[in-house]
Amino acid sequence: MTASFTATICVALATMLAATASGQTFAPPSGATLAATCTGCHGPNGQSAGAIPALNGRTEADLLQAMLDFKNDRRPATMMNRHAKGFSDEEIAAMAREIATNWR
Amino acid sequence: MSRKGLTRRGLAGAILAAAPVASMVSAQPARRRVVVIGGGFGGAAAARHLRLADPSIDVTMIEPKAEFQTCPFSNYVLAGFKTMADITHGYGTLTARHGVTHVRDMAAAIDPAAKTVRLAGGQTLGYDKLVVSPGIDLRWGAIPGYDEAASAVMPHAWQAGPQTILLRSQLEAMPDDGVVVLSIPGNPFRCPPGPYERISMIAHYLKAKKPRAKIIALDAKDAFSKQGLFQDAWKELYPNMIEWVPLGQDGRVVQVIPGEMTLVTEFGQRHRAHVANVIPPQMAGKIARDAGLAATEGSLAGWCPVDPFTFESTRAKDIHVIGDAAIAGAMPKSGFAASSQAKFVARAIAASFAGHPAEAPVYANTCYSLAAPDYGISVADIFRATPGGIVAVQGAGGVSPRTPANAPQFRDQEAHYAEGWYASATREIWGS
Ligand SMILES: Cc1cc2nc3c(=O)[nH]c(=O)nc-3n(C[C@H](O)[C@H](O)[C@H](O)COP(=O)(O)OP(=O)(O)OC[C@H]3O[C@@H](n4cnc5c(N)ncnc54)[C@H](O)[C@@H]3O)c2cc1C
Ligand code: HEC
Repeated sequence: MTASFTATICVALATMLAATASGQTFAPPSGATLAATCTGCHGPNGQSAGAIPALNGRTEADLLQAMLDFKNDRRPATMMNRHAKGFSDEEIAAMAREIATNWR
Repeated sequence: MSRKGLTRRGLAGAILAAAPVASMVSAQPARRRVVVIGGGFGGAAAARHLRLADPSIDVTMIEPKAEFQTCPFSNYVLAGFKTMADITHGYGTLTARHGVTHVRDMAAAIDPAAKTVRLAGGQTLGYDKLVVSPGIDLRWGAIPGYDEAASAVMPHAWQAGPQTILLRSQLEAMPDDGVVVLSIPGNPFRCPPGPYERISMIAHYLKAKKPRAKIIALDAKDAFSKQGLFQDAWKELYPNMIEWVPLGQDGRVVQVIPGEMTLVTEFGQRHRAHVANVIPPQMAGKIARDAGLAATEGSLAGWCPVDPFTFESTRAKDIHVIGDAAIAGAMPKSGFAASSQAKFVARAIAASFAGHPAEAPVYANTCYSLAAPDYGISVADIFRATPGGIVAVQGAGGVSPRTPANAPQFRDQEAHYAEGWYASATREIWGS
């Protein structure tokens, strides 16, 4: 692999099928896999144990709006602007759907 | 029970019932067995998430300890505003609620060909998949004079527990104008911002109780994690108390003499300490090295190479190495990273048992550090796998802003969120 490939890795890459050196292919990450990156701070199923806001019981539209606002620096944040930029808009939509549907 | 045994029993049942072979196979699927070595951030998270991903998987976690004490927040025990009880977590929820079998023993040997793990107590466990998350071992002797006996005089406190308590009591006993000397290793090591948070927390304690005391930090590196943020905080909060000595200014410790409480640097300078906190170079836990899972040469010798997509060892099939022991590209050796890897590996193992295609992984890390109880700073990243390794997503992540509007409030908020992270992260692994 070339250095420029590493340097240009971006969110778009993750939405394509990825293939390893051994030729194994991988499906794009599901909403559940994506949302698993959130629970370390927001708690299992978004049931926060402390100061970070809970995410369970929110609507898909609210979650989507909040994440896109964080990603585009339209909403002030200490942390979420840095996390939200790690995902494509499609991935944000998938995780918002997952959280709104399955986190109680 | 061995898989052979299960099949034989299934076959006998099928003959008795005279059922067609195909339906016998689907009615009596062999229960898949995953053995997890280690009950820390990687291992306990993997065990729990395996059971969440598929409750039909038989999960056995091997961990000698009855309770786990986290390194995260152990620096606050040193500072005196957290207790050991605050950082201690049991395995009751994992076993009672999630059905994980906790075997209190050490894994003594792995046989990758036979797919078995032998325990120190003599028992042998078979597995379909093995998850190895043993954390770090300290490289005794890498700094001449620093062996296990020396750590009773000059604690490392880099594995939370009695060492944390020892370092705290030494700080309390030290004279009011005493000198604390830290020795900090080169990369890679467990928790890149950890030593600098520790300097801050010792300073916080000294400022309140022994304001004439000094801290000298001898570093084998010229740069460190969140450096600008830490150095701003030290200047603001602890002026004239902390001297950080980088590699280029003779910061590398090459010998310690515990009997004389002395640390010697590369160019022969001798530092006398009242309290010496020696954080030595590290390597993957012994079980991983003994099983041949670690690289034996190069700058990453002693750490375990893995496939960036699956964390499967590149040296043994069906063994996934996660957490500090693994070479995870751009991901740091942190508890957050270990549990992020664990969640993904658990889902990937469950998918492979179910015959579903694997998903491309998404990993994350965030390390909060406190410079004071109301002064938090952080570093965050999202990671993707590429054939060449795990890389951070460009344009995302990064460190807290150096000059935010209304800085005191921003730092205070991050300190609250650090507490929030700890509460959620430990609940997600050990809690209800
Ligand atoms: C001072 C300090 C502060 C830190 N702060 C943070 C922080 O704020 N945030 C963060 O994310 N990370 C932090 N870390 C890093 C974090 O502690 C580690 O990265 C994390 O513990 C790694 O998880 P692990 O599963 O690899 O190892 P561990 O959590 O150490 O777990 C390994 C477990 O395996 C067991 N084990 C070892 N060998 C065997 C064997 N042969 N058989 C059975 N069991 C075995 C051990 O008993 C241990 O319980 C900090 C570290 C330090 C030192
Ligand atoms: C490192 C900790 C951390 C992680 C990981 C994290 N968050 Fe957050 N989240 C926060 C904090 C802190 C806030 C409060 C806003 C701020 O200061 O950033 C927040 C706020 C939010 C909010 C706004 C809640 C409200 O009250 O309106 C949403 C929505 C959210 N996060 C979603 C997510 C999603 C989705 C993920 C996973 C991709 C995620 N977060 C991952 C720490 C985190």
